[in-house]
Amino acid sequence: MNVETTQPVITVNNLVTYYGDQKILDDVSLTVNAGEIMVIMGGSGSGKSTLLRYLLGLHSIDGGEICLFGKDISRLSTREWMEMRKKIGVSFQGGALFNSMNVGENVRMPLREHTQLDENTMKIMSRMKLEVVNLAGYEHLMPAQLSGGMVKRAALARAIVMDPSILFFDEPSAGLDPVVAADLDNLILRIREAMKVSIVVVTHELDSAFKIADRITVLDRGRILMVGTVDEVRHSDNPRIRNLLTRTSEDEPVDADEYLQRLTEGAMRN
Amino acid sequence: MAAEFDTGRFRQLSELLGRKFVTGVEDFGYGAMLFVESVMWLLAGHWMQQRVRLAAVAQEMVTIGVQAIPVVTILAFANGAMMAMQGIYTLRDFGAESQVVTGIAMSVTREFGVLIAGIVVAGRSGSAIAARIGTMQMAQEIDALRVMGISPVRYLVSPILAAMLVMMPLLAILSDSMAILGGGAISGIELHISLETYLSRVFAVLAPWDIFQGLTKSVVFAVLITLVATSNGFNASGGAEGLGRATTRSVVLCIAAIVVADMIFTFFLSR
Repeated sequence: MNVETTQPVITVNNLVTYYGDQKILDDVSLTVNAGEIMVIMGGSGSGKSTLLRYLLGLHSIDGGEICLFGKDISRLSTREWMEMRKKIGVSFQGGALFNSMNVGENVRMPLREHTQLDENTMKIMSRMKLEVVNLAGYEHLMPAQLSGGMVKRAALARAIVMDPSILFFDEPSAGLDPVVAADLDNLILRIREAMKVSIVVVTHELDSAFKIADRITVLDRGRILMVGTVDEVRHSDNPRIRNLLTRTSEDEPVDADEYLQRLTEGAMRN
Repeated sequence: MAAEFDTGRFRQLSELLGRKFVTGVEDFGYGAMLFVESVMWLLAGHWMQQRVRLAAVAQEMVTIGVQAIPVVTILAFANGAMMAMQGIYTLRDFGAESQVVTGIAMSVTREFGVLIAGIVVAGRSGSAIAARIGTMQMAQEIDALRVMGISPVRYLVSPILAAMLVMMPLLAILSDSMAILGGGAISGIELHISLETYLSRVFAVLAPWDIFQGLTKSVVFAVLITLVATSNGFNASGGAEGLGRATTRSVVLCIAAIVVADMIFTFFLSR
């Protein structure tokens, strides 16, 4: 996979975040170049979804900086952020389609809110995007009437309707069968080629990550273990990455009685 | 040993009270921020190229106001009738049952008409708004709005606030009218006065200030219900159980807030 340019569209420098007293992300630094697919990979609780939420500006950072298109997002005014957000599209884990609207209305919503286009033009544009994700003809269905894969594709159509420069995916394959997940991976690759868009994918699905990634960032317990190409990650001899790749638990097996006793002691302390 | 135990309990109680106080201040601040931001979008949204859509306001007006008309009508009429029954029964001992008209006219327009409308809207819309926004919060729809560059306050709260500010006074007027009619029906039966005579006495007694007092309260109730319901929706967490908690909390707090606000207003406006 060729990265077309090396100009960074996302730069994260020494990002530190806390939840209460607990450090969630610790000194995280990475860059995503224009036209690149960066996969952020890690086990449950590694902080990858949290990192995505900070990249999207949904929380305020506690240290470091996040730059999108060279601008530090923590210094943007509300209006500048609104403009910046027109350049990014997001496909959430559960789709996050608006349940009170049908598929067509969901896809048209960013157009309705941010453009002065007439209704017919918006309908044509939303239909084009739904064709890209193979959902043309399903405009009239409500989100509750869609399968899991269709929800993700409809969410993707909404994410690309404003022709963004960066696309974010949160666990795109989660909850999908392998065939549908593979279709979605192909769709992500097709969209990158067609729209020349930079893509950040958060996932714990190894097959998916290796198939679509130009580079992979491996997160573990809030810290970056490595950033590298697919081959570099595959052949890493870092034991924690090996555990992740071979799906081996690093925790010692715990006796059930001992576990219950620990829980009881913890409850009594609190 | 007993002293140590008491100290521990006292500390726990102090911590609990302190936490509740801080949470209360935080909630108040959050509600104030929601109010300022939603008013800002209503006034300056067009200038910021994110205007509050009239279609959304109209839809909220139907849900909050038009659909509440049957319940408000029935409750207000029944309440007016009950006030007349109790008034006549009480005043009969003094031979002053005809004065019930004055009592109904004043207390309904100043107090009970708007209170009934407020409680109905708090019960119907307070829960529905919290449930709707809470569900959106849990399904990441609010996050989706934010990342699309759409302010959730502008999109969700401002239309509700605008609709409430229009519909609450109208519902209060409806409630006043129905309660007075309810009183008139009972007065007709018990005191044998015609509806025309009853109404002419009501209008003779009422001053514009009495109606204005009720309408002022309705505006305050509109703001309170909007802020309590939307803030509970935005702060909902913990799945279906959390959503149920947020909905219940919203209704209870809405009703408590309007009753307390009503009492404070009555204290100052009746002096």
